[in-house]
Amino acid sequence: MDITFQNVVFLIVAIFITVFSVLTVTTNKIMRSATYLLFVLFGTAAIYFLLGYTFLGAVQIMVYAGGIIILYVFSILLTNSDENINTGIKRGKILPGLISALAGAGIIFFIIFTHNFMPSASANILQEVDMKTIGFTLVGGGKHQYILPFEVLGVLLLACIIGGVLIARKR
Amino acid sequence: MEIQVEHYLIISTIMLCAGIYGFLVRKNTLAMLISVELILNAADINFAVFNKFLFPNQLEGHFFTLFAIGIVAAETAVAIAIIINIYRNIQTLNVDKMDKLKH
Amino acid sequence: MEYTLIILLLPAIMFLFLGLAGHKLKHKVAGLFGTISLGLVTCLSYFTAWEYFTSPRVNGVFEKIIPFNFEWLSFSEALHVDIGILLDPISVMMLIVISTVSLMVHIYSLGYMHGEKGFQRYYAFLSLFTFSMLGLVVATNIFQTYIFWELVGVSSYLLIGFYYTKPSAIAASKKAFIVTRFADLGFLIGILVLSFYSQTFSFVELMNGSSDAILTGAATQTFLGIGVLSWALGLMFIGAAGKSAMFPLHIWLPDAMEGPTPVSALIHAATMVVAGVYLVARMFYLYIGFAPGVLEIIAIVGAFTSLFSAIIACVQTDIKRVLAFSTISQIGFMMVALGVCTGMDSHEGLGYMASMFHLFTHAMFKALLFLGAGSIIHAVHSNEMKDMGGLRKFMPITHITFLIACLAIAGIPPFSGFFSKDEILAAAFKFNPAMGWTMTVIAGLTAFYMFRLYFNIFWGKEAKHHHTPHESPLTITIPLIILAIVTIFGGFIPFGHFITSDGLLYNIHLDPQVAITSVVVAVLSIAIATIFYKNKEQKIPAMLGEKLSGLHKAATKKFYIDEVYQFITHRIIFACISTPIAWFDRHIVDGFMNLMASSTQSLSYSIRKFQSGHVQQYAFVFLLGIIFIIGLILLVI
Repeated sequence: MDITFQNVVFLIVAIFITVFSVLTVTTNKIMRSATYLLFVLFGTAAIYFLLGYTFLGAVQIMVYAGGIIILYVFSILLTNSDENINTGIKRGKILPGLISALAGAGIIFFIIFTHNFMPSASANILQEVDMKTIGFTLVGGGKHQYILPFEVLGVLLLACIIGGVLIARKR
Repeated sequence: MEIQVEHYLIISTIMLCAGIYGFLVRKNTLAMLISVELILNAADINFAVFNKFLFPNQLEGHFFTLFAIGIVAAETAVAIAIIINIYRNIQTLNVDKMDKLKH
Repeated sequence: MEYTLIILLLPAIMFLFLGLAGHKLKHKVAGLFGTISLGLVTCLSYFTAWEYFTSPRVNGVFEKIIPFNFEWLSFSEALHVDIGILLDPISVMMLIVISTVSLMVHIYSLGYMHGEKGFQRYYAFLSLFTFSMLGLVVATNIFQTYIFWELVGVSSYLLIGFYYTKPSAIAASKKAFIVTRFADLGFLIGILVLSFYSQTFSFVELMNGSSDAILTGAATQTFLGIGVLSWALGLMFIGAAGKSAMFPLHIWLPDAMEGPTPVSALIHAATMVVAGVYLVARMFYLYIGFAPGVLEIIAIVGAFTSLFSAIIACVQTDIKRVLAFSTISQIGFMMVALGVCTGMDSHEGLGYMASMFHLFTHAMFKALLFLGAGSIIHAVHSNEMKDMGGLRKFMPITHITFLIACLAIAGIPPFSGFFSKDEILAAAFKFNPAMGWTMTVIAGLTAFYMFRLYFNIFWGKEAKHHHTPHESPLTITIPLIILAIVTIFGGFIPFGHFITSDGLLYNIHLDPQVAITSVVVAVLSIAIATIFYKNKEQKIPAMLGEKLSGLHKAATKKFYIDEVYQFITHRIIFACISTPIAWFDRHIVDGFMNLMASSTQSLSYSIRKFQSGHVQQYAFVFLLGIIFIIGLILLVI
């Protein structure tokens, strides 16, 4: 059993993610919750890097950390009031929530450990997916290429911008 | 020890269940939305991991994750717009008080 | 002769126009619109008649022409409802009668209804009525007749209830509608039975002998011991009796006098009430051929109604009601004339011609009487005889024209009524002397009550008037004069040249015996009336009234027929049938529905907690469901 550098990094990332995931949902302060979420997202990006999907990791950091978390922080500050900052957790809900979450986890763990995954032999963890391939696949029109979803996503984002503005504007 | 699929899946499962727990117990609507982000992230990790370990020669999972991130951004934007609008109307984000629509 | 379609469409368009846009027009403009369009219709009708009766005869009869036909509803290959125009001698005659009287009433109403609220509405309804009546007479099939028959009923209802703020007018309009509608049920069933056996609605097919074979076959079938065709035609006569106010369905007509007087003249004297007579005449071929028994019933009902209402007319004091009962009596005459026919040829079917002739002359002089009465009411603002008297000095034109009409209805030559009534009496004598003498007596009664009316209005003691009565304006007197001229000369129309039962030429010749008898009876009756009522003190009638107080009172109360209806409807039908049914409906039927509704509601109340509105609760249940399903799948696999 040799402990490689990779294993150490993975272990650190795993603990990092686990701790901050749990902290995100257990802290009483909403601002802290958002901050812990940011850490979880960084951890996720790290996992993508570990898998060799560097582009995906970069997107994760840019979109989540740079966009979505900022959006959260702004909206938290916009809805800032004494009641909302420390809404905390309702006592009566903790037990059913905990039970159902653990039950779900139990089932999933059961499936993970009983199912026999067959990893491909050619899986080379460290091989990076190069940028050129991603670019061609993303905007190519052929088989296993994604120009149509890409366009549709663009339209969806436009619709969301308009819808968000429309919903949130003052009447 | 070789890092296997299962190890990644354990992380994503923990993240998922934390999200579920948060969604069920948090009172603040924004906090619930944050929990939803956790759930979605867990799913994203799974896509990437399955792609990498089971079908390394293809990029389906990779792009699915990519698009999912885009869609999450869109979803978040609209959800936050709605939440802000609700806050403007009833001056609270407490999810237990948002039950007027049942009438 | 496609232009006859315009005759039908113009009043319909005018109804829509005046009904929809009328309130934006001035009174005068709306009235003129209605009158001018009806003038056009009248001109076209006369032109149609001229063209129709001058066209050459085929085999000695005038051809039936269908200038326009449109298949509207088709039930089967053979059975379809058409909307069309059928021109034959009687429908052309009716066109003339309706358009003439209607035009007169339109002109008259310009003066009579002057300044009334709802003037435009009045003209719209008049147009509607004219349209439906014209549609009724030119119908090519029974079903079209039925449709327009109902339309006529509706417009009559609307016009009787014209003063809809007056409770008595509302009651009268409802009564008229319900009674005639009830009778129409018989008509509808009759139509259905007849068309079921004959497989056609069309008059032409029914009359030209092509369905005779089928009908003869059907005539052998019986229901309750009576032939099915007799049932069908008898039921149709019930409809006809309802519209034509035959006993015992006459009760609506006297009350219908609540409407404006010109309306009474148009609808309840000249046109609509003779629709029943027209219907029987229209189906005459079938009555003669397949249900002669029904014809006898028609004759008896007609004679009884005629006598009955003539007696009532002798004691009524409301002048419009006297005229109403007189109308019923005269329609009875027409029905008798149709009923006494025994065959299709000109001699056996003399009554057919007489009936149509009387229909024509009666429409003219009865319209004249009603319009004259309207002119009088216009002057003294009352319907009661006691408010009149001595009016001849104030209203010379009304007086003279009214007198002419009275002489005509009494049967004095050379006025039109004499000729037509004489033919009816001759036909009745030919059928049965007893019937002939009955009708002669009724004719005498007619003369008596008409002159009672006349003397009470124009002679006798002058009532105290709030202001001196004066002659009516020109719009009122001109129609009176025109109708009076028609009444004077109408009798000289060689009617047998146009309309006979078999369509062949027939020269009217007066039976001297019958003519002399009827004239003598009429003159005698007039003399009695003169003695009774001409003087200012009416001692003899008062004395007679006391001696025969029972009869007098019964006649004044119209022989308690209304009370009988009241008793039957309220005490028997409402109390014994409707009330229990209403109770059943309210408590059992409604109760069942309410039980279902309330149990559903209480169930809903008990389960509404599920719908709490708490998102997290939903999510929790959702999650549990997912876990359960996944667990289940795992167990199965």
